[in-house]
Amino acid sequence: MAAVSADAAPAPGVLGRFSTFLYLRPRVMLLLLLVPPLLWLGVIYLGSLFALLAQSLFHIDDFSGLVVYEPGLQTYAELFTPANIDIITRTVVMAAVVTLICGAIAFPLAYYMARYTSTHSKAIFYIAVMMPLWSNYLVRVYSWKLILAKEGVITWLFNLVGLGGVLDWILELPVIGGPSLSVSYIGTCITFVYIWLPYMVLPVEAALERVPRSFIEASADLGAHPGETFRRVILPLAIPGVAAGSIFTFSLTLGDYIIPQLVGSSRPFIGMAVYQLQGTAGNIPLAAAFTIVPMVVMGIYLTIAKRFGAFDAL
Amino acid sequence: MRNDFHLELRHLTKKFGETAAVDDISFDIPRGSFATLLGPSGCGKTTTLRMIAGFYDPDKGDIILGGRRINELPAHRRGTAMVFQDYALFPHMTVGENVAYGLMIRKVPKAERAARANEMLDMVALGGLGGRRPSQLSGGQRQRVALARALINQPSVLLLDEPLGALDLKLREQMQVELKAIQRQVGITFIYVTHDQGEALSMSDRIAVFNKGRIEQIASPTEVYEHPATAFVAGFVGVSNLLDGAAAAAITGIAQPFSIRPEKIVMVQPGSGVGADCLAADGTIDSVLYLGSSTRYNVALAKGGDLTVIDQNRESPAADGWRHQGNPVRLVWQRDHIQHIGSAAGGR
Repeated sequence: MAAVSADAAPAPGVLGRFSTFLYLRPRVMLLLLLVPPLLWLGVIYLGSLFALLAQSLFHIDDFSGLVVYEPGLQTYAELFTPANIDIITRTVVMAAVVTLICGAIAFPLAYYMARYTSTHSKAIFYIAVMMPLWSNYLVRVYSWKLILAKEGVITWLFNLVGLGGVLDWILELPVIGGPSLSVSYIGTCITFVYIWLPYMVLPVEAALERVPRSFIEASADLGAHPGETFRRVILPLAIPGVAAGSIFTFSLTLGDYIIPQLVGSSRPFIGMAVYQLQGTAGNIPLAAAFTIVPMVVMGIYLTIAKRFGAFDAL
Repeated sequence: MRNDFHLELRHLTKKFGETAAVDDISFDIPRGSFATLLGPSGCGKTTTLRMIAGFYDPDKGDIILGGRRINELPAHRRGTAMVFQDYALFPHMTVGENVAYGLMIRKVPKAERAARANEMLDMVALGGLGGRRPSQLSGGQRQRVALARALINQPSVLLLDEPLGALDLKLREQMQVELKAIQRQVGITFIYVTHDQGEALSMSDRIAVFNKGRIEQIASPTEVYEHPATAFVAGFVGVSNLLDGAAAAAITGIAQPFSIRPEKIVMVQPGSGVGADCLAADGTIDSVLYLGSSTRYNVALAKGGDLTVIDQNRESPAADGWRHQGNPVRLVWQRDHIQHIGSAAGGR
């Protein structure tokens, strides 16, 4: 090999020889490339997850308030007290409602973006959908608090067009109502929908964009009127996108602890419970157990989605 | 005699922006025939097909199917069926469901649907594959599924948009034979779009040669090949062998361009005798391409122009010591094999 390279090129330096070494041994190169990300995924990412799981198996001594480092399921039993069940139910129902509303708003928007826009106007739509993501999350949540407040622009608008009574009627609804939108579940839900909507629009739009025009033409050609084509061809092919979007909106809502704290009735959600338990209460095991809940819920959610064939067209 | 024609296009025009993709074309297709729209890409052949299918609205003109004007009918009510270039098989359905789609839309009971889908799959030699997904099939198999799906509604016209374009050469040739057989079997009108002149010649009853949104010639394959109406047709279908006015005058005595098919020309030694009903031209062999079954010579003519000669290798070519590059030769062909092109006279 030396003889060959001698008359073809100047003698290789250290880097050159290293490069040749790697070129001849692709497995070594693969190993070198994979070690950093695998370390990250294996040690830092999964490791901390397992540490969390381990924490949840310990429990707090009721008298001393100290963590007892003995594995057991006492802490999980605590999750099933009525107050904690309430927190979990509240969060899961909110996540489901937010996901449904996001889907209902995002689908027509994504459909229009995918099928009816020109390249230029599509770019404008993309920017419009993603622009909120460029500004600070907290600022946006506080803005909604102001918008939804009793003295806010929504109340003002309803009164302006003479629909103040309608708003009052909505706020008098049991459970979801409240003194004003900013301190009701409705307000929390509106804010969640606003914050997570881009995460639903983008995957649904991508899925719809991947449906070739010829599919729609073929369906029409075989006798389907537009409604049937939508139901039989477009919708089934968009479902994976909707599923992907719903994973975002559902899991993000399950884990969020800022929005329900700032906008809403201040009744706790899972995220808030975790935040308080690990902070002021110092109950790390219960906080860890609460953290496991969204994971289990997501696991169940994905299983159901798969059962219904949401990922068949992937 | 209007009713003899299954599909009639009258002054059909379609513009995209300022440019006319299809510019005032008219032609008729007899019932049960295999008609091909042939032309280079962007010549308007696919646009024409899509107007027939109902995916584009013509700007002007009429589409008459079985005596009825169908311009305003939406695609799903035209009774035509299309085989798409990308096959457009629905990935979320099995092959059987894809084929039965048209029946499902027409609310045919499930058992009958399955039976007829299986029948169609048998016809395209895919029996037993109904349970697979399109993604599990090869390109050729998908093509057959698309064909079966289009035929299941028993359309009166089948529209095929370059259906063999994505297949390799061997498969393409095999599918040409099968398509023609299926067309004979089902007996419906096929309208076939292709840019491949070989496909057009081998399968069609009639060929419409398109160029720049207009039709250059409509005729049978033999007619298109033997008697090209225009210089474009002569060049696009088969090997181009066109002599311009000056070069033609040196041979025929008339300053009108003509075309001659390369296999009609016989190459002989210089100075050989020429029959009374023949024309001849002297030249020098410019290049020799050995193609196995034949050899292709390019001959530069002494009095201007050049001609391609394709010679079947009945003997081993090495036996002919004089057919080498740079050697002088005489080209001879029958007078009635030339096709005059242009406005002066003789154009068809």
